[in-house]
Amino acid sequence: MKMKKSALIGFAVAAALGASVVQAADQYIGLPSYRVGPYAAGGTGIYGGMIDYFQLINERDGGINGVKLTWDECETEYNNARGVECYERQKKNGPTGNTVVHPLSTGITYSLIDKVAVDKIPIISIGYGRTDATDGRYFPYVFPLITNYWSQSTAKIKFIGMKEGGMDKLKGKKIVNIYHDSAYGKETIPVLDAQAKKYGFTVKHIPVAHPGNEQQSQWLQVRQEKPDWVILRGWGVMSAVAIKAAAKVGFPREKMVGVWWSGAEEDTIPAGSAAKGYIAAGFNVAGTNYPVMKDIQKYVYAKGKGNMDDKSRVGSIYHNRGVVHGIITVEAIRKAQEKFGKGKSITGEQMRWGIENLNIDNAMLKKLGAEGFMPELKISCMDHEGSGKVKFQQWDGKQWKVITDWIDADKSIVRPMIEESAAKYGKEKNIAPRDCSKES
Amino acid sequence: MQFFFEVLIGGLLSGVMYSLVALGFVLIYKASGVFNFAQGAMVFFAALTFVGITEMGVPFGFALILALGAMILLAIATERVVLRPLVNQPQITLFMATIGLTFLVEGLAQGMWGASVRGLEIPGIQDEPIEWMMENTGIGVSKFDLFAAGVSAVLVVVLAIFFNKTRVGRALRAVADDHQAALAIGIPLQDIWRIVWAVAGLVALVAGVMWGARNGVQFALTFVALKALPVLIIGGFTSIPGAIVGGLIIGASEKLGEIYIPPFVQSTFGIETSLGGIEGWFPYVMALIFLLVRPEGLFGEKHIDRV
Repeated sequence: MKMKKSALIGFAVAAALGASVVQAADQYIGLPSYRVGPYAAGGTGIYGGMIDYFQLINERDGGINGVKLTWDECETEYNNARGVECYERQKKNGPTGNTVVHPLSTGITYSLIDKVAVDKIPIISIGYGRTDATDGRYFPYVFPLITNYWSQSTAKIKFIGMKEGGMDKLKGKKIVNIYHDSAYGKETIPVLDAQAKKYGFTVKHIPVAHPGNEQQSQWLQVRQEKPDWVILRGWGVMSAVAIKAAAKVGFPREKMVGVWWSGAEEDTIPAGSAAKGYIAAGFNVAGTNYPVMKDIQKYVYAKGKGNMDDKSRVGSIYHNRGVVHGIITVEAIRKAQEKFGKGKSITGEQMRWGIENLNIDNAMLKKLGAEGFMPELKISCMDHEGSGKVKFQQWDGKQWKVITDWIDADKSIVRPMIEESAAKYGKEKNIAPRDCSKES
Repeated sequence: MQFFFEVLIGGLLSGVMYSLVALGFVLIYKASGVFNFAQGAMVFFAALTFVGITEMGVPFGFALILALGAMILLAIATERVVLRPLVNQPQITLFMATIGLTFLVEGLAQGMWGASVRGLEIPGIQDEPIEWMMENTGIGVSKFDLFAAGVSAVLVVVLAIFFNKTRVGRALRAVADDHQAALAIGIPLQDIWRIVWAVAGLVALVAGVMWGARNGVQFALTFVALKALPVLIIGGFTSIPGAIVGGLIIGASEKLGEIYIPPFVQSTFGIETSLGGIEGWFPYVMALIFLLVRPEGLFGEKHIDRV
């Protein structure tokens, strides 16, 4: 009996050890996703793409150096309070807690900034979130990667300058900025004003009340103003309505340039034929003609493990944006493993180091099968953006066509504004800036 | 002056689109005294169901019939599961039940058809200005907006006849006045509720198709219900013509307000920052003014308590 009992205990201990061995080879990522509600189209696409990439790494490579990626989702419905609740629920999951947070919401990002610094879990906010977090000295755990709103705004003016035949040709031109009447929409107003002053064009800002279902009066004003270009800073239903309203007043869609949150199939398809010729900035391209996308089809969807219910959305702007999120997350984990131990689960704090030392150059992008799919990325303590580049794409009536190479931001305008804003934040919160020369 | 008229006409036509949604609220309120918070969700459900069916290759007209069938099923289920257990409960209880129904219907729609944004085009009707009018007057009036106004007019006439000239319509009004009294004289309350929710479903389908064709079929369709509230306050919760007149007032005033109030305020008070985007709240200010002056709305029934 005694022997039987010891055997049972031994078996239990072995099982527990075995379980912990299995657990130790996992890397948990909690996803505060939104698959229902007003922004579900973006949520299903981006989280779907991210999960597809994680699945690809597990299926094709057996994980990262043998460490399998695990994840679960918590529905936020794009609601700040629920986002915080999901973060709290997920932060201790997995063998080393949550590795990284992808809130996909500027509001949730703002709500978590103080918490993640305490919990030592990094936030990755690609193309949204707090712009001044680009200054990593004040925001060690926040990474608004690839490009922030101010950077893309300057890239848009560069693009318009290119189309006009040079930046000097912008003098005397008129640009209307149609923006979502919210903190997000207003964020680029100071940058546009600074650029108008620098290049000699005039800019008129016209707000659209949330959600943007009705824009007739705004577009009648546009017709009255007769601008050379319209910048569209929309979100959700506002973008499609703006494109249709532009057609209604006869404003050429070839002279409309949208932000990346107004530049997905979800913005153009509802606008129908009116969207043909419309241009939008993007930090990722659409399409499945990239080795990484082919691998997702081969190793994930062919095995019935794809995340997208609607398979026609694989390769869409949002889905591919999710794949970009996946690539960055995986490469940051790999980088952290190189320093803290290959084949081991890393902590959130170690992930922070991994992101901050990430360098995805073109050679690496080629290796990953994503050359031209996303821009090169080099993060540092000083620069949590790491790129600032965007491509411009035009809707041809059926799909997005890339019409430029990567266009860089005008950092001479953006960087001083970021540093000023970040320093102000540091003063408010009593945060001493990190000395980046001592970071390694 | 030409610009003023262009804004005014555009506003009036937008107002008709608000009225389409407001009609659904009026129908249910008229017949049951319940403010149906789920009307916006029903618009979304109807539009998504219709587009989902057309995506299966079903022709436009037949898809409309099938979508109407789905709305009737929803009406029957609502009566059986939500309303029947709450007969003779206070109005606030029924109102709260419709709030719950909102979330259920929104989730059901997305669960059945997915969360993707869809385009919807009504064959032969483009959202573009009428050319001869543009050339001769310089005023741009959309073909689509005129079509929507025509559809609304037909709907109002049909509903007015239904309510005032048919036996079922009179029974609906009797139920609205007093559930128990209506039951006592043999009016089948459950049938009446099923009918009125089905008719509200039809109105939701029409509104969903029109709004979906204008803005795309997406979750934001549920938000159009928010604009129906001030329309109802101004027009009265129980009046079908009131919903139309209220819609016209809201549509025209919000557009004129959006264009003319910000520059007026800026020049009067010397404000340099960009104003505007007032369309979101301006209709509610209008509604508030009406509430102070005429709480029952322009066409609403005045509530008199005899003691």
